[in-house]
Amino acid sequence: MSRPSPGGLNVRGLTVAYGHARGAPEVLRDVDLRIRPGETVGLVGESGSGKSTLALAVLRSLPGEGRIVRGTVHVGGDDVGALSADGLRDLWRRRVKLVPQNPLPSMNPSLPVGRQLAESSDPDRPARANRERIDAMLDSVGLPDPPRIRRAYPFELSGGQQQRVLIAMALLTEPELLILDEPTTNLDVTTEAAILELVRERVRNERTAVLYVSHSLAVVAQLCDRVDVLYAGDLVERAPAAAFYDAPLHPYAAGLLAAVPKLERPDGRRAQIRGMEGRIPDPAFRPGGCAFAPRCPLAIDACREERPPLFDAGDGRSVSCIRWDGIASGELRPVPPADASDRRGSHDRPVALVAEGIEKRYPVRRSVLDRLRGRPAPSVRALRGVDLTVRHGRTLGLVGESGSGKSTFARAAIGLDPASSGRFTLGGDRLPPALARRDRATLRRLQMVFQSSEEALNPHRTVGDTLRRPFVHLAGLSRDEADQRVEDLLHAVRLGSDFAQRTPDQLSGGEKQRVAVARAFASEPDAILFDESVSGLDVSVQAAILTLLEDLQEEREVSYLFVGHDLAVVAHLADHVAVLYLGQVMEDGSTDAVLRPPYHPYTEALLAAVPRPDPALRPDRPPLQGDLPDPREAVRGCPFASRCPRVIPETCHDEPPPLRTHEDADLRILCHHPLPDLLAVQRDLATPAPAGETP
Amino acid sequence: MIRYLLRRLAFLGLTVILVSMLVFAVTQLLPGDPARILLGREAGAAALAEVRRDLGLDQPVPVQYGRWAFAFASGDWGTSYASGQAIRPLVTQRMRASMRLAGLTLLIAVPLALLLGVVAALYVDRWPDTLVSVSALAVVGLPEFVTGLVLIQIFSFQLGWLPANASVAPDATFLQTLPQLILPAVTATLVMLAYVARLTRASVVEEMRRPYVRTARLKGIRPGALLRRHVLRNALLPAITVIAISFGWLISGLIVVENVFNYPGLGRLLTFAIDRRDLPMLQAITLVAVLAFALANLLADLAYAWLDPRIRLA
Repeated sequence: MSRPSPGGLNVRGLTVAYGHARGAPEVLRDVDLRIRPGETVGLVGESGSGKSTLALAVLRSLPGEGRIVRGTVHVGGDDVGALSADGLRDLWRRRVKLVPQNPLPSMNPSLPVGRQLAESSDPDRPARANRERIDAMLDSVGLPDPPRIRRAYPFELSGGQQQRVLIAMALLTEPELLILDEPTTNLDVTTEAAILELVRERVRNERTAVLYVSHSLAVVAQLCDRVDVLYAGDLVERAPAAAFYDAPLHPYAAGLLAAVPKLERPDGRRAQIRGMEGRIPDPAFRPGGCAFAPRCPLAIDACREERPPLFDAGDGRSVSCIRWDGIASGELRPVPPADASDRRGSHDRPVALVAEGIEKRYPVRRSVLDRLRGRPAPSVRALRGVDLTVRHGRTLGLVGESGSGKSTFARAAIGLDPASSGRFTLGGDRLPPALARRDRATLRRLQMVFQSSEEALNPHRTVGDTLRRPFVHLAGLSRDEADQRVEDLLHAVRLGSDFAQRTPDQLSGGEKQRVAVARAFASEPDAILFDESVSGLDVSVQAAILTLLEDLQEEREVSYLFVGHDLAVVAHLADHVAVLYLGQVMEDGSTDAVLRPPYHPYTEALLAAVPRPDPALRPDRPPLQGDLPDPREAVRGCPFASRCPRVIPETCHDEPPPLRTHEDADLRILCHHPLPDLLAVQRDLATPAPAGETP
Repeated sequence: MIRYLLRRLAFLGLTVILVSMLVFAVTQLLPGDPARILLGREAGAAALAEVRRDLGLDQPVPVQYGRWAFAFASGDWGTSYASGQAIRPLVTQRMRASMRLAGLTLLIAVPLALLLGVVAALYVDRWPDTLVSVSALAVVGLPEFVTGLVLIQIFSFQLGWLPANASVAPDATFLQTLPQLILPAVTATLVMLAYVARLTRASVVEEMRRPYVRTARLKGIRPGALLRRHVLRNALLPAITVIAISFGWLISGLIVVENVFNYPGLGRLLTFAIDRRDLPMLQAITLVAVLAFALANLLADLAYAWLDPRIRLA
């Protein structure tokens, strides 16, 4: 074995297993990983691919029974496995830092943020840590008013601020190796863009090796020099970013890339996305031969016989596929070329779900003192007069950040959280505001799929039980008839009949969401509301669910309201898009019109925030800064004025913006700027040079 | 926080009122006529009627309750049927004795239980954990009169270290009574020890698995500081509530323990009152015990709210 060159991270033949039994399944197999100082490497794979295990194994911090079976990890030339307890602590203190997924649970809930930062800078004497240095660091990660942040408890900060604090914590000691483990996974697209910008600008420097772990190839494209793809614990492809995104060599990598919803197509038509069939195998049941073979469209008999080695494909690329040269030459296509389809018009369609003047006010608690003084009860206006129309057999996409009111709108429509005023109609029939007041026929006609099917499915009931209930209780079918319908439903959502016997804990995230979709379709509804129903899923799974929803809509003529924060995902499915900000529709129109200039400045920011799976398409404008303003504060002018990059100083803050309608396109924009001006801004931006091609 | 405090206080008041009604109702349902208990079996009808009128027993029940509750609140707890003495001085004196025993018990039980729980959690599924869990379960299965008698047998009769009888003089100081208090306190400790220790263990184990503990460990903090600054801070919060709840067990445990050791506390007074069907005494003792339990829970809730910034600042 040759001596590893010093500097950065050097992982050789790393194999990790859980449990000490002889045949304990290996969750990582012979993985090599090299990151030089100053280099950023993206580690990509679906949930269960072993990427977080790799990150934790590098830190020698595997949970529970996890252990390194063989292989070595060197950081800056030091063998991490050979370090004493003190040596390891010293490595953790200064040289290697982890920015974890889910910032809130990663911080101590009962210690102020400042204490936790101080502890990072001086673990033995946090009280004596250099406060000025901490403030300077907080400031440099874009947190205004550092003393206030230091005094705050983690739960008092927004998700984006929490993640900035954790990044500040990691940067305080100028580490040699920085591992970011899905740092943006549960954040809004806008917050994600701001964090990615921060990583690009602040984290990268000549002496730090950065490992960025993510399930999203689009996110990794935004900042990595090289990409490593992991599948079921095996490294299947490694390549420089530009070459990789141009044409991935491994069928799995190609499949992942094809699953990313794309906003741009040269012809403006809608690109198909493809989910991958099947799921990542449990390491205990990994097939012999290539682990990906059961899901691979190019698999041949030879693939199933022997585990493929890592082939050198030249230009610094490696791939673990015996058919790689055929793929490289273009002879074999791991993913059929993306079809494009025209977006569907919807104006001739009859209306399905209509919302008129929907208002939602929440009372704000007054202090005892205010009550005694007789101050009026303030209220938060979560929805401010929302008018929207979902057409029959079509999809309306509702997009906005957390706090925009989009989920409030969906919950008001289904009646879980009735609107304060305004009315909903379905096919012309007025819906009673509260769920409890709706009769069975109405309940049947409108269904909802939630974000977390984890919580929406009863853990003690089998899938069959859950799906059978509406047939038995709402439709009054016999047990045999109901069983037949359950089987049809499972088939419709591409699950086998054997799924009827399973309980939710035996399902993957995507399978649970399929069951939730099946449950919504069980009553043969006219319309279905989807509230962030694909957020939090792996990109590959998300693509499969989106495709399923498209097919089901085609077959069954059901109308969708699809709520989400990612404009690329929403626009992929929707025929019509509405952009919500602080409870007001800022822009709405056909998807084509919304994706083309003129843009509302907020829509423009949301579009810019969507990560593109292409290193050449990095954002050409600064991400939206800050969080949504406090909804309790009264808005006089335009709600977006406080964050708008195109704000007209006095007008926007003081006067409510007019609703402007585009003459030929199906488009309405709520803005002080006239539409021709908004159009001109984009032309000026586009003329100097095509984005990303500056020499 | 002030709003929270006011709400908890109102809640406490309501609890006390409801319990007082319940206590009153239950004593009403008990068999036996107080007048007859007072006058004896051979009393004539006229005498009985007169005593009933004196005691207000001829009034409608709500009026009786109102009078009783008002008198109780204004400090007149009535006179004992059995001895004819005023109840309040007797009950408060016995309560002080019981508090002394309860205080010593908590002083032994709480730190010991927390220590055992934390040790078990740190060695989860290894021998110290098994030892703590098994012995805790073994002890909790034995009733207090058994453990008490076993302790007396060993430490009083065999070794002769500590007195078996804890019948102390009412005016003795704490230090003077300490030798007599130890055996009863240890017996009462065993009542609540297992429960608090096991819940502490569960709480620490759960907390150690949280992501913030990993964050802290990866800062390079030494294990001792990690446990002190991070784990215990959060893991011991639920223990506060558990201790307050087990305070209820302790109260009922004391009734038995005081009788076993012949200790002149509220528990002994209670068995005495039951024997004699001394209704006013029973009512007073029950109310005082419930009030103590409710106050303990209030204090626990406030301590919890104060220590958890998520409640304090919300």
